[in-house]
Amino acid sequence: MKAALQKKFFDSLVEVIRKTSTELPDDVVRAIEAGKSKESEDSSAKYAMEIITDNIGLAKKKSQPLCQDTGSILFFIHYPAKGVDYSVMTKLIQKAVAAATKKGYLRQNSVDSITGKNNGTNVGPGSPTIHAEPWKKDFFDIRLMLKGGGCENVGAQYSLPDSRVGAGRDLLGVKKCVLDAVQQAQGKGCGPGILGVTIGGDRATGYLNSKEQLLRKMEDENADPLLAKLETEITDEANRLGIGPMGFGGKTTLLKTKVAAMNRLPASFFVSVSYMCWAYRRQGAKVTAKGEIQKWLY
Amino acid sequence: MVVLKAPFTEEKIRALKVGDRVEIYGLIFTARDAVHKWLHEGNVPPKNEVDLTNSVIYHCGPVVIEKGAGAKKHYVVTAAGPTTSTREEPYQAGIIEKYGVKAVIGKGGMGENTRLACQKFGCVYLHAVGGAAQVLAEAIKKVEGVYGLEKFGSPEAIWKIQVEKFPVVVTIDSHGNSLHKEIEASSASALQGIYSELKK
Repeated sequence: MKAALQKKFFDSLVEVIRKTSTELPDDVVRAIEAGKSKESEDSSAKYAMEIITDNIGLAKKKSQPLCQDTGSILFFIHYPAKGVDYSVMTKLIQKAVAAATKKGYLRQNSVDSITGKNNGTNVGPGSPTIHAEPWKKDFFDIRLMLKGGGCENVGAQYSLPDSRVGAGRDLLGVKKCVLDAVQQAQGKGCGPGILGVTIGGDRATGYLNSKEQLLRKMEDENADPLLAKLETEITDEANRLGIGPMGFGGKTTLLKTKVAAMNRLPASFFVSVSYMCWAYRRQGAKVTAKGEIQKWLY
Repeated sequence: MVVLKAPFTEEKIRALKVGDRVEIYGLIFTARDAVHKWLHEGNVPPKNEVDLTNSVIYHCGPVVIEKGAGAKKHYVVTAAGPTTSTREEPYQAGIIEKYGVKAVIGKGGMGENTRLACQKFGCVYLHAVGGAAQVLAEAIKKVEGVYGLEKFGSPEAIWKIQVEKFPVVVTIDSHGNSLHKEIEASSASALQGIYSELKK
């Protein structure tokens, strides 16, 4: 990468981080508004949803983080196979994360697990997390998810059969596990939540794929009709649990569910559930070979 | 909407019920993991700096920036949402008892020990909206000072903040009621209902 491209690319990355941390994408805002309209007037649930929508507006206006927990920094990137050096790109991403932290778009949020030290840059082993694949196109597709600790802590992985839940190795068992995860989470994941679910895979790929489901647009429909039906049913049934926004009680416990399936070993049957809070910070940009943001993806 | 203004007396706290929406006015203290552990170990902050008697504690690690220099140096809070309260469950009841803490603000709810301490000693748990860091920062009008900045680091220090119209919902009151306990039980029974439907 030439110096001029590196500079432009770096600036674009910082802008992707700023926008992700301070503005919720339109599809998420629409879903939150729809959830708000379902809650009864004068309920705690409505009150919480009003504060949430006020907060979304305020963060955007002030260009300050929506939530002080700016979360795990998860990049999902496609880059031109020709002309881009992976290690140079990775260094630029780390540099951009450190710069965005200095500017206050990200909190000093990454701690050494052994010493407890925080170097204040958000750069260290595993942070930021970069999933990158080369492709034949001549532009970058850069997507970023900032996932806070509250919602990450209520994620769950089940190994079927699960006798506590009473879940066997079939779609009924899958559904029971996912609903169990929502009930266990209560309000601790800062709901209303959005679920990414993966059936199958191994423990690592299952969880990763469940997070990748959160890159899908809120309004898209699953290409597999069976999974599309499962997604709608899980959301509807979870909303009958009455947990509501923040666990205050109410109609909107989940905004959406996204489900995918991966092959599994005959011996393994995992159901991995990633819970995303209402502060669903994910954004992406098409970045040209010159390093400039051409359009936003959400 | 109930207005709760300092001084935070037992009478005002006992009047609050689960489900009440409350706006807080007055001086409150942030305290999270490190401070709770430190207090639990028997340490007492100097009373002239942090008087926890009849106080309000906020489970929050704010983002604070320093502005001005010399005599004009002051702090501004730029993001201040609540953090998950359950981590303080092992310590909270003891702190409520020792200092007569009148209200604890956080998110996600707390457990049986805190519920019982609220009932016994006249305290409430006030739930702020998680993630609403900007709305809540707007309700912080002034930073009066900070204790333990060196010792605990910025997010973990005790920030003394003046709030106005700080919006919360009572989810554990001083009469033994807990919305969290209620919703956990009702959602568990709703889940069993859905499971039995699914079998048909």
